[in-house]
Amino acid sequence: MSAPMGPVSASPLAERRIALVDLLDRLLAGGVVLTGDLTLSIADVDLVRVDLRALISSVNENVPSPFEVR
Amino acid sequence: MSTAAPDLRYVYAVTRPFDGVPPEGVRGISGQPPKLVRHGDLVAVVDPVPAADFEEGPLKARLEDLDWLAATARAHDAVIAALATVTCPVPLRLATVCRDDSGVRRLLEEGGERFERALTRLDGRLEWGVKVYAEQPAPAAGAAPERAPAGGQARGSGRDYLRRRMEARRSREADWGRADALSRRLHAELSAQAEAAALHRPQDAKLSGVPGVNVLNAAYLVDRARGQEFADLVQGYAEEGVQVRLTGPWVPYSFAGIGDEEQPVGGGAEPAAGGAQSSAGGAEPEPGPSAEPTAGGAVPAAGAGDRGGDGAGPEAVRG
Repeated sequence: MSAPMGPVSASPLAERRIALVDLLDRLLAGGVVLTGDLTLSIADVDLVRVDLRALISSVNENVPSPFEVR
Repeated sequence: MSTAAPDLRYVYAVTRPFDGVPPEGVRGISGQPPKLVRHGDLVAVVDPVPAADFEEGPLKARLEDLDWLAATARAHDAVIAALATVTCPVPLRLATVCRDDSGVRRLLEEGGERFERALTRLDGRLEWGVKVYAEQPAPAAGAAPERAPAGGQARGSGRDYLRRRMEARRSREADWGRADALSRRLHAELSAQAEAAALHRPQDAKLSGVPGVNVLNAAYLVDRARGQEFADLVQGYAEEGVQVRLTGPWVPYSFAGIGDEEQPVGGGAEPAAGGAQSSAGGAEPEPGPSAEPTAGGAVPAAGAGDRGGDGAGPEAVRG
């Protein structure tokens, strides 16, 4: 991964090696949600999330997990 | 990179105007350094992205492409984490997209009050993640039975098999029970120490790759200065058959939306409690879609203890 450089590397925020699943917990459920015609934002992220989980499960049956936490 | 359609504006975060530019070397989704769009006393951190990916239709399809989602999520986080080193970013939900810069300005205009509130709430705070797992029985306990009943060559193997299964089951339930009890204690104490607490849905082991059953997946909003203290507090919790994992510090993603009309996070209903209340079986690894992601709102009242309950939002516990 191309880690952010510069001032960031000095930050505790940059040191972590984040597990994707932890990140997605936050990015798909956290953050300020804006709706309205000025944005194209997805409002129904939970649907995406559910689909995602199903997808990952099916991926897991056949393929070694791409989500190994290292 | 764009084709015919003009680029859209991906919005990562909103901040107050800050000196200088986003930290050098940070690349957004587009591969370029993010840009700033200022409106009044707020700044949006944006990136031109191709309509071919981020127009509503294609975006939905893209979000189900794991590699694409992972790359986008990492880039989103990289920009916001970098911003956090120079200012207080209020993160927006992944894939918030405007048509153009004037759309971005309108976003700042119309969301102004919410952003102001969020900036006040989040400034100087970070998020810590805490997960509790009930460990699975040792592999030996699970592996042995497969051989035993096969030929029945050894006398009493059937009985041994049953005994081993019973033992494995008991140990598993004991692990779950301990993990659940520990989760409740931990969550109560951490909630009291934090400014706010939020519960995420327990993670499926298949997604996380972590062995064991995730019974608590929580996030806590903590003053920057108290981060180490908080982390130490978490590290102090450990018990046989139970694993406690700390992640962070994070930009306070899980708390950006609290107090808004939207539920803060899609936490499963009282994961800690859920594990126990529905008996040992409650600690199912995958509650599934039916586990009511929106039930998160109900949680903090139960979990956040004395400091929760009232105030701005379901999860908001302001200090």
